[in-house]
Amino acid sequence: MISLRRSALAPVAAGALLAACLAGSPAAIADDAKPANPSVNQAASRPANQPATFALANGLRIVVIPDHRTPVVTQMIWYKVGSADETPGKSGLAHFLEHLMFKGTARHPQGEFSQTVLKVGGNENAFTSADYTGYFQRVPRAQLARMMEFEADRMTGLVLKDENVLPERDVVLEEYNMRVANNPVARLGEQIMAALYLNHPYGRPVIGWHHEIEKLNREDALAFYRRFYAPNNATLVIAGDVEAAEVRKIAERTFGKVAAQPSISARRVRPQEPEPTAPRTVTLADPNVQQPILKRYYLVPSAVTASPEESAALNVLAQLMGSGSNSRLYRALVVDHPLAVTASAGYQGTALDPTQFVVAAAPKPGVTFAATEAVIDEVIADMQAHPVAAEELERAKTQLVAEAIYAQDNQTTMARWYGAALTVGLSVADIQGWPGRVKAVTAAQVQEVARKWLRKQRSVTGYLIKDTTPKNEEKRS
Amino acid sequence: MTRSIGRRAVTTVFVACFVALALAAWSPAPAVAATRIQHIRTPGGIEAWFVQDATVPLIAMQYAFAGGASQDPDGKAGVSTLVAGLLDEGAGELDSRHFRERLDRRAIELSFNSTRDHLRGSLRMLKDNREEAFGLLRLALTAPRFDSKDVERIRAQVISNLRRQTTDPNSLASLKLLAVEYGKHPYGRPTSGTLDSVPTITIDDLRNYVGRVVAKDTLKIAVVGDIAPDELSRLLDDTFGGLPAKSHLTPVPDIAAAQPPQRFMVPLDVPQTVVAYGGPGIMRHDPDFMAAYVVNHILGGGSLTSRLYHEVREKRGLVYSVYQYLAWMAHSSLFIGTTATRADRASETVETIDREIRRMAESGPTQDELDTAKSYLKGSQMLALDTSSKLASGLLQYQIDSLGIDYLEKRNGLVDAVTLDDARRAAKRLWGHGITTVIVGRTPQAVVRPTAATPATKAN
Repeated sequence: MISLRRSALAPVAAGALLAACLAGSPAAIADDAKPANPSVNQAASRPANQPATFALANGLRIVVIPDHRTPVVTQMIWYKVGSADETPGKSGLAHFLEHLMFKGTARHPQGEFSQTVLKVGGNENAFTSADYTGYFQRVPRAQLARMMEFEADRMTGLVLKDENVLPERDVVLEEYNMRVANNPVARLGEQIMAALYLNHPYGRPVIGWHHEIEKLNREDALAFYRRFYAPNNATLVIAGDVEAAEVRKIAERTFGKVAAQPSISARRVRPQEPEPTAPRTVTLADPNVQQPILKRYYLVPSAVTASPEESAALNVLAQLMGSGSNSRLYRALVVDHPLAVTASAGYQGTALDPTQFVVAAAPKPGVTFAATEAVIDEVIADMQAHPVAAEELERAKTQLVAEAIYAQDNQTTMARWYGAALTVGLSVADIQGWPGRVKAVTAAQVQEVARKWLRKQRSVTGYLIKDTTPKNEEKRS
Repeated sequence: MTRSIGRRAVTTVFVACFVALALAAWSPAPAVAATRIQHIRTPGGIEAWFVQDATVPLIAMQYAFAGGASQDPDGKAGVSTLVAGLLDEGAGELDSRHFRERLDRRAIELSFNSTRDHLRGSLRMLKDNREEAFGLLRLALTAPRFDSKDVERIRAQVISNLRRQTTDPNSLASLKLLAVEYGKHPYGRPTSGTLDSVPTITIDDLRNYVGRVVAKDTLKIAVVGDIAPDELSRLLDDTFGGLPAKSHLTPVPDIAAAQPPQRFMVPLDVPQTVVAYGGPGIMRHDPDFMAAYVVNHILGGGSLTSRLYHEVREKRGLVYSVYQYLAWMAHSSLFIGTTATRADRASETVETIDREIRRMAESGPTQDELDTAKSYLKGSQMLALDTSSKLASGLLQYQIDSLGIDYLEKRNGLVDAVTLDDARRAAKRLWGHGITTVIVGRTPQAVVRPTAATPATKAN
């Protein structure tokens, strides 16, 4: 196999940032750079690594995932706030604040936290999605208490000055240039999302719209910070060579001292989508496009909004339709009638509100989008009309369940699955029950979710094409 | 939601584009694991490094044959990439579909890739599926089919990728930099070939390549996971024992990268200008290697505290990512840096980087920087190899680098031994001549055209 197969075309099917990078596609970065696994909550439980969960009096929920292979721990704090929680007109603010969280506090000036991580050989970073913002450090076990002190301190102690904030805004604009402006596939993705969501803020890019990012300022960031960063709006995940009792002790004397903010509602309520009634299409033309791409996003329930059975069936449907070279779409479009270079499908279930089921294909030179789409439609119609064969279903389920076991090899992956799932409102039982629910999915259920959700009026189809119009003036994106 | 964006992308696409070179950036392993590395020599004479670990019921194996893209015949750049893309597309009696069904049925992950110097393979399985996994790998290595239908399918994917690279600033920058550094030497060729070479590759080319490269004499193997050594030994013999004893490699000459300073501009109409730079590095076996590794970390390594990060990003807000690493191959070495910025600030960015590099070459790091970096590099050992696959990759790399099975125990001592004088000397060797720079983006003239000053640009 060539890594291309997993690259730009399967934004929601691909894995984490690194996987996207290794696929060698610049397009993959913007779309695929998501920490959580596509299939919600694939973390299986094993008795030895049974996670423990508890809450502090101030509302901070804590999950401890033991992994004793190496004396290393990962601390990840997840705030229940993402780009979909921004005030209209301030797009990009959740992500901008994430950058500014590295600018120091009254107690620990800028650089001290990072230097401390560095001195012990650790690493750190942060991430923002539509539903959450997260910060993590991986350090030798002995440093955990120190990390928890720092993280608890910056939950409310952030100090921002214009001299830090303004250069960082330029950094974010360069990040925008890298991920979006320079990347036609990412820009297509933005347009599809904006067209898919008529009312829900998921239609706004996580990184924000350029004209709004460049106006964000210190006051915006601080107001957002004060509004959303509090122990009762966060989940702390500690994974690695540590026990729950020890974590609880440290947490009580660090995070436990931070006051709760009762004004933050436990439930996030965003404007919801009306029932979709019209298929939409968008076309993005760019002179640098060398490979045309077609992507179709369907509005479908997330693991939170669907029934548990339905969400697992959507995972299985995506696997059957578009994962790997024996999937229905790949065989139909790339092998049987070689119309496309690659084809894939994916379902991103870990979301608070209705999410997307994505189908993508890259037509070969000379093949029209219409011919490509006709085959995609046939594949979908077939999945809706006929139950999948038992052996094929088994194969798809086996692969999904195995992912949950492979995940246990990586404490960061485990921390991300738990963190993302809990932050969007799933429970530990939901996460641990995922392999069981996948195993229980029937051919009839797969057929049913395909019928119910893969309907054209629920979808936006995006076309990426080469812009061949003569150029008169400098284009800005 | 689909999109989540991180604060920093050190592992940029750009780095990944140097596939062969990207092996450099990380560093060693858990002290715990060090004591557990076993050297296996099977009855059939196959050697492997092995860490037995039953925490998770899986087995991860990484292995490599010497060869890689540097063994592509003249005019046929891309053969090794095609081979890597096709070895998992059917073997023996099993055509592509059935081969992949057998993998899928048991969720076995089997793949190949080609770097400049090696044809590498990766195999991961749940432990209960080990017989099937190793059996399918044996088939893939000893009886690949290269059915023409599959060859054309994979060729089309490679060509599509190559076509995309022609307008992708990151790819253009990395390809140009390597071409400049190595000229007509095999390292100067694109690993995955060119739009001219890939269409000419025949099935015979693929078979010949496998016949020359896939052999026991250069094979290196690392395994981590839940399996007993005796059983592993048997599986390794079954899998690799039937391969030819000797490879037939075309000798690749040693080469020094081009002498800096040089500067190249590749025009491309994109909003953000991409910069790649580099120059001759220090070989892995060079006595100054560790000092070079440490001082590169201080200057531009993957932390939120390097000099370049501070000067270029934090202080001036010029870029999102700026990162520099050492790359070493069998016959040469490089330092490589990458960044990207707004077209009208490209000159300021390059000048800032150049200034910092020269300052480091002239004065070296401070004692405090050196101490901090050493402390980081020692501590990071434990974090770098914390999954079975990462550990297996690490153990394979140590074998490729001829470091000895006790390297993990020695490594922190080697880091500690780097003195300020060593670091200064290494810095001077690496950067005393400056950098060779490739800039991909709008030409300076286009940038100063008045139309560029739309509201999208902002005053600093």
